[in-house]
Amino acid sequence: MEKTWNNKAWFMVLPVLVLVAFSAVIPLMTVVNYSVQDTFGGNQFFWAGAEWFEEMLHSDRFWAAMGRNLIFSAIILAIQIPLGIFIALNMPRKGWGVPVCLVLMALPLLIPWNVVGTIWQVFGRIDIGLLGYTLHALGFDYNYVNDPFDAWVTVIIMDVWHWTSLVVLLCYAGLVSIPDAFYQAAKIDGASRWAVFRYIQLPKMQRVLLIAVLLRFMDSFMIYTEPFVVTGGGPGNSTTFLSIDLVKMAVGQFDLGPAAAMSIIYFLIVLLLSWVFYTVMTNYDVEK
Amino acid sequence: MARIDLNHIRHAYGANPKSDKDYALREVHHSFDDGGAYALLGPSGCGKTTLLNIISGLLHASHGQLLFDGRDVTRLSTQERNIAQVFQFPVIYDTMTVYDNLAFPLRNRGVPEADVDRKVRETLDMIDLASWAKRKARGLTADQKQKISLGRGLVRSDVNAILFDEPLTVIDPHMKWVLRSQLKQLHRRFGYTMIYVTHDQTEALTFADKVVVMYDGEIVQIGTPAELFERPKHTFVGYFIGSPGMNVMPVAVEGKRAKLGGQVIDLPGAPKAEGNGIELGIRPEYVRLGAKGMPVTIRKVEDIGRHKVVRASLEGREIAAILGEDENVPADPHITFDPAGINLYDKSWRVEMGA
Repeated sequence: MEKTWNNKAWFMVLPVLVLVAFSAVIPLMTVVNYSVQDTFGGNQFFWAGAEWFEEMLHSDRFWAAMGRNLIFSAIILAIQIPLGIFIALNMPRKGWGVPVCLVLMALPLLIPWNVVGTIWQVFGRIDIGLLGYTLHALGFDYNYVNDPFDAWVTVIIMDVWHWTSLVVLLCYAGLVSIPDAFYQAAKIDGASRWAVFRYIQLPKMQRVLLIAVLLRFMDSFMIYTEPFVVTGGGPGNSTTFLSIDLVKMAVGQFDLGPAAAMSIIYFLIVLLLSWVFYTVMTNYDVEK
Repeated sequence: MARIDLNHIRHAYGANPKSDKDYALREVHHSFDDGGAYALLGPSGCGKTTLLNIISGLLHASHGQLLFDGRDVTRLSTQERNIAQVFQFPVIYDTMTVYDNLAFPLRNRGVPEADVDRKVRETLDMIDLASWAKRKARGLTADQKQKISLGRGLVRSDVNAILFDEPLTVIDPHMKWVLRSQLKQLHRRFGYTMIYVTHDQTEALTFADKVVVMYDGEIVQIGTPAELFERPKHTFVGYFIGSPGMNVMPVAVEGKRAKLGGQVIDLPGAPKAEGNGIELGIRPEYVRLGAKGMPVTIRKVEDIGRHKVVRASLEGREIAAILGEDENVPADPHITFDPAGINLYDKSWRVEMGA
């Protein structure tokens, strides 16, 4: 059949292009604009070139926050992905337990970030919080306000509580889409429980796991609200992540130029790492 | 390989079955001979897959006993029964190579790697996939994947039986034929006990030595393809096998004659049946069209290549007849029934005709 080529179809994507332009491209360009200029208030700007970028890349404060972010994301992925898979594997596949589990799993996801932060902020307080008070009463020296380690543990448990459900739901969706015949064939082939997981369930979950890893990485790497509410970045700078530092710099100190440069570096790192995850996971078992 | 005895097997999916309707399998009492090729034929929902899963142990029957070579296996697990099964949709382990797929059942059973290698290479040759051994299984075509499913059964030389659950459903027509003949070859060479579930009569009749026809949770007839065609035991077998199916019409029997409305048909013998619910069945292949006999009106002639199917009306009832490719419908059409093709049914079950 003859195909007629024309480019009119591009008009179809015009609305979405306009939308994306306003929601992403134009704000991003504003940031780019700030990152290469300096201002002393008013509406006066001076060309600064790559100065802010150089400053950022040589800033100990920036790299310290970056290090905390990387460690935080690594811990989050290391806990939430295996835990999510484990819970999904043990969820019921039929009967009344299915809706109950699904609703229970979805609940944390429905709570706004700042509310989650507030819940844990109160929950962990040693004077009135159930967790903090109980731990104290049991003789544990737990205090997220003073102790950086306790602050980290609190923020991590909070994130695990808040977001593991997402991994669970994605994995569960992947698991229920596996036809029964695969399990039956595995029985006939005499496969062990581990072999069923390794050769049937894990490969079938690969796509949803990719999405889960990407989402959890990006989200945890950009974490802001919850630690901001619970610890405010402290004690000291121990839970000051890039986003918290960024807001301090841009809004608190009104250093628009460095903050913009930092935003761009931050953005590029998220993009780069996401690309790495994506490439590694999709090429994992492509034909050599 | 083994002889499989089904001893009064009944199965219900729900708990506490009360009436016959609650049973997916009403009662199956039958033996599959060692080394036989059987087809389980029947419409969707007749219980054939249930029966197959009971044999393989994926399901445990609610009543009855299952024996392999006289040994009671009713309570044994699938793995202990040592059965191979090929499913409707190809089941392969995506991330493994073709070789590893075939080695999988052996490695799971702790077979030494040297034996695994020997068996896998043999099997690869049997299913014609030797040159694909090192490839990832996911890139293969549907028929190759289905061969891997089969190969995972063949690789264990000691399997008691190989079961097939509509294995050619997703295969292209031209490959169906190829795979079917390869299966037959494997059966002849190695003498596996094979049970093949299908709802396609061509598949059943070409694959099997013996066809088991199931209907509504019961076995209605077991026989060679010829027996099923010539002497259907139940009117369902008459309908289901053959294209078009058997003509079945209610008649009143008097000695060696059957009355159909105003027409009288001579029977080859005197049946031991009387009263209501008597039906005469005759395949379209045995209905002769000519100038003599019972008058019919022709409704439609379908030319399907090798022959023509004539749809006619006899005493107000539909009747189909088959006409050779070069024969023509006479101007004033009449039909006669070849006595060799006449079967009588009492409440759907065939009755013998005495001399």
